[in-house]
Amino acid sequence: MKEILEILEKNARISIGEIAAMLQKSEYEIENEIRRLEKEKIILSYNTLINRELLGEDIVTAIIEINLTPQREVGFDAIAEKIYRFDEVRTVYLMSGNFDLLVIIEGKSLKEISHFVATRLATIEGVTQTRSHFMLKAYKKDGITIENEEEDRRQVISP
Amino acid sequence: MQDVISLGVGEPDFVTPWSIRESCVYGLERGYTSYTANRGMPELRNEISRHFVRRHEVEYNPDTEILVTVGVSEALDIALRAIINPGDEVLIPEPCYVSYQACTTFAGGVPVPVPAKIENEFRITPEELQPFLTTKTKAILIGYPNNPTGAIMEREDLQKIADFAEQNDLIVISDEIYGDLTYKGVHECFAALPKMKDRTILLNGFSKAYAMTGWRIGYALGNPDVIGAMTKIHQYTMLCAPITAQLAAVEALRHGEKYMKKMVAEYDRRRKLIYDGFKKLGMDSFEPGGAFYIFPNITSSGLTSEEFAEKLIMSEHVALVPGTAFGKSGAGHVRCSYATGIEKISEALKRIEHFLTKLH
Ligand SMILES: Cc1ncc(COP(=O)(O)O)c(C=O)c1O
Repeated sequence: MKEILEILEKNARISIGEIAAMLQKSEYEIENEIRRLEKEKIILSYNTLINRELLGEDIVTAIIEINLTPQREVGFDAIAEKIYRFDEVRTVYLMSGNFDLLVIIEGKSLKEISHFVATRLATIEGVTQTRSHFMLKAYKKDGITIENEEEDRRQVISP
Repeated sequence: MQDVISLGVGEPDFVTPWSIRESCVYGLERGYTSYTANRGMPELRNEISRHFVRRHEVEYNPDTEILVTVGVSEALDIALRAIINPGDEVLIPEPCYVSYQACTTFAGGVPVPVPAKIENEFRITPEELQPFLTTKTKAILIGYPNNPTGAIMEREDLQKIADFAEQNDLIVISDEIYGDLTYKGVHECFAALPKMKDRTILLNGFSKAYAMTGWRIGYALGNPDVIGAMTKIHQYTMLCAPITAQLAAVEALRHGEKYMKKMVAEYDRRRKLIYDGFKKLGMDSFEPGGAFYIFPNITSSGLTSEEFAEKLIMSEHVALVPGTAFGKSGAGHVRCSYATGIEKISEALKRIEHFLTKLH
């Protein structure tokens, strides 16, 4: 099972047949296993990592640190939920350290994001402080180097 | 030629793990640019010694039984030069790595190829060696996991060779450069077999397991006499292995295992994929147990291995190596390296399938 995940994490488009060959199992077994992993939500989704810079799309990404006052009974979870329900919010982590939530937001412009933070996030009850950092350049994401210059430099035939 | 997919490459497609590269850069920054001891940096010899105790429970004295070389290539050359008198014969199971026979000849010896059989998954047996034994036989030179066949030898197989060496008082040169790339079971180190440490010259290095081919670093382990003799040749011809590569090798042994294991896991998946692919194409091959090669039989195509390789590159742009490059007994086979990405392997298999259907 761990191996199926490792393979899919690297390339979600790989065929069942190829996975079966690599793990020396039948396609049927692999298919069942993947279905189970999906059902148990161990596999959540199959994503595509896009290099937006090359696409020429103007997208602004901001990382927002948020401080909260925890609420009775539910702690941080209820506020986190209020935040992650927004489509603009791509990622939410509960953190240890100087702030509580790390939120990643995507928008069309700085203005749009600042507006969103000021009017939608900062105003949520329990949010005491926000600090926004705008991302300038992505070098590596989810283990993938964005501009990989390590091309194959080997000779075509070697002993 | 455009869009060539090469299954002809005998080296990893990974680059050296960053932590290993970085330790060399750091060393350069601190001014590590000098010669080292002829035998290699003490730190590296200590790490090699510890590694063999840990992994194979065989102990080599870092001061007298370990020599750091410029790759297994150099180690092989000077091992043969150290032990061979003019006319001495060396038994060399075939198919084998291209340097074995050439280096034996350069050293004044006579290479005696001993064909290994596919029925036996290209392992070698004493029965096969016996007919080639003469009064001049000095050594036997083995390399498992094998380039080009991917064959491995299990403990029982090696023990038989050990007994044969003992009975006939032969030196065994064991090139275990692919040892860490063993997928079925664990690699058995020849020198770790009972009584074999003294008669074995063990060659290994960093090129394959740590994706360090361009660094040029390897080592030889053996009894103090033979390592002493090799050190003499090494000190006058090479002086020492590059200090940069030695620094990197220390890091590889200290902290590199997790990266190596990841690469091995990836090769293993590719191995199974390509084995399955050739099986489906009806090209006979046994399941290789080590290295990163598969050695399918291509006789059903009606072509010789040279013709097969040449026609395939011209019509389908897939490069591989004819089996005869590794000795006469490689005829009827081609060597395919799976040190290349999954997508490329799959695409190459499709092209080979296309090639085969056009032939018939
Ligand atoms: C079996 C075998 N031995 C030795 C070598 C040479 O290794 P090194 O890079 O350590 O000189 C190779 C390289 O292809 C090999 O396949």
